[in-house]
Amino acid sequence: MPTYRPGPASLVIAALVALFLLMPLLAVIPVSLTPSRMLAMPSGELSLRHYRALIEDPRWIDSILLSIRIGVVSSAFSTVLALCFSLGVWMFQPRFTAALVGFVLLPMVVPPVVSAITLYFLLTSISGVSSFFGYDTWLGVAMAHSVMTVPFATVLILVSLSQLDRRIDLAARGLGATVWERATRIIMPNIKFGIITAALLSFVLSWEEIGVTLFITSVNAITLPRLMWMGLRDNIDPAIAALSVILIIITVLVLAVRSIVVRQRGAH
Amino acid sequence: MRAYLSDRMGAALLMAPLLLFLVLAYAWPFLGVVKWSFTLPTPGLGQYNALLTDELVQSVFIRTLRIAAIVTLVSVAAAYAITVVWVRGTPAQRLVAEFCILVPFWISVLTRAFGWVALLSNRGLINTWLQAIGFISEPLALVRNEFGVIVGMTHFLIPFAVFPLASAMRSLDDRVLLAARGLGSSRMRTFWSVFVPMTRSGIIGSAMIVFVFSLGFFVTPAILGGGRSVMIAELIYLRIFQSPDWGLGAAISVVLVLFVGALMAIMFRFVRPKQLI
Repeated sequence: MPTYRPGPASLVIAALVALFLLMPLLAVIPVSLTPSRMLAMPSGELSLRHYRALIEDPRWIDSILLSIRIGVVSSAFSTVLALCFSLGVWMFQPRFTAALVGFVLLPMVVPPVVSAITLYFLLTSISGVSSFFGYDTWLGVAMAHSVMTVPFATVLILVSLSQLDRRIDLAARGLGATVWERATRIIMPNIKFGIITAALLSFVLSWEEIGVTLFITSVNAITLPRLMWMGLRDNIDPAIAALSVILIIITVLVLAVRSIVVRQRGAH
Repeated sequence: MRAYLSDRMGAALLMAPLLLFLVLAYAWPFLGVVKWSFTLPTPGLGQYNALLTDELVQSVFIRTLRIAAIVTLVSVAAAYAITVVWVRGTPAQRLVAEFCILVPFWISVLTRAFGWVALLSNRGLINTWLQAIGFISEPLALVRNEFGVIVGMTHFLIPFAVFPLASAMRSLDDRVLLAARGLGSSRMRTFWSVFVPMTRSGIIGSAMIVFVFSLGFFVTPAILGGGRSVMIAELIYLRIFQSPDWGLGAAISVVLVLFVGALMAIMFRFVRPKQLI
């Protein structure tokens, strides 16, 4: 228990920072209820027309479905690759581990715009060979998102492996388990929480990815963030406010559930 | 010997797919970008020479460094204030602080930039209110300029600045603070001459993270700067897609990577990676 609680001055400054952090999230609520076609404060009456537009306009639905498809495929792909890689690192502790892990983490530390131009180069090169995987295709976007999310998945799985007791695996090995059995029946059940978290984080990162997506799509593979971007750049569409409110509510609910779960786990 | 060999085989088989994937889908195309920077439009060092002489590119570089420095200063100070409460407050204060840090952290950069547009634009909340109470007659220019970019980036980066600070504050030994108080130091003095210096590694780590992130920032400056306050990442985008000059875009990218790499090398001389989480 800390001996020193923050004093009144700290509390006031922290409250101002907290207000600053929440302000833009609260600001979208009134804008989403405006009856106007433009971005404006509602004056007098409120309207749900922008929420209706989200359900009725096929562009929004199509991009939501596309983002889900890309998110699921890229998250599955990057989680499997990250899991195999991390199992290799943990079970065999090969030489040059640090260098190899560092290489895998590169897309996470390189400035996103440089990754974006790199993946643009990749996908336009592929386009010359096959139109299936290349620039502005959903598979191309899924592949690019996998590159961007795989370092995060690897970090999460490596962290949960580092908390695993090696003696369990040694016992299995001593009893004659093969590498496959050790991996699938001993290690993976023990880190399943980490694997699930890695898959979820990969999905979320792909779902909201915009920096790279902007470079590698033009008219066909319009993901949800890409559509939001178009609506933000030209004249601002209040449907984005409605969508933002929904996304904020989902985030708050997920975080609330998570903190309740964490508390209950801690209580037992 | 046989077991040793099969171990190496097993490791190779498990690790190969990801390594192969990243070599083909990341390392190889990055070398391609480096090649662009030396060959487009004509082979040679022309693009790097242009970087040194082109006034537009230089003004963008300077603006990027200036914005990154301001954002770093403001974000780390603001993050410090809220982290103190998050780590050392009463349970209720902690819960509120955690909510205010984590909710923005998990919300997408586009939604957050849009929230600032809704607040700061000419017909946004702030200008509407200020005009309604008669404080101003013309809307203030709060967005589509450097001010908007700094506000939006600071907002985005505060949560990232919080984590290294929180890790430093959690590992601080309370008895040192007790000793300072016992020796007659005031609360204020204990904070400034004991607490803050002891969280130095967190401050350095968090400042470096924020600075490095702001150098490559794209979405927030593009939306809140409205094309008037272009930063280096947006310049790369414009060079690739608007005035097709792939060579220059590639050259700027290479310089950016080298610069960030050098900064990170310096950072890891001061802080260990584990202190950043």
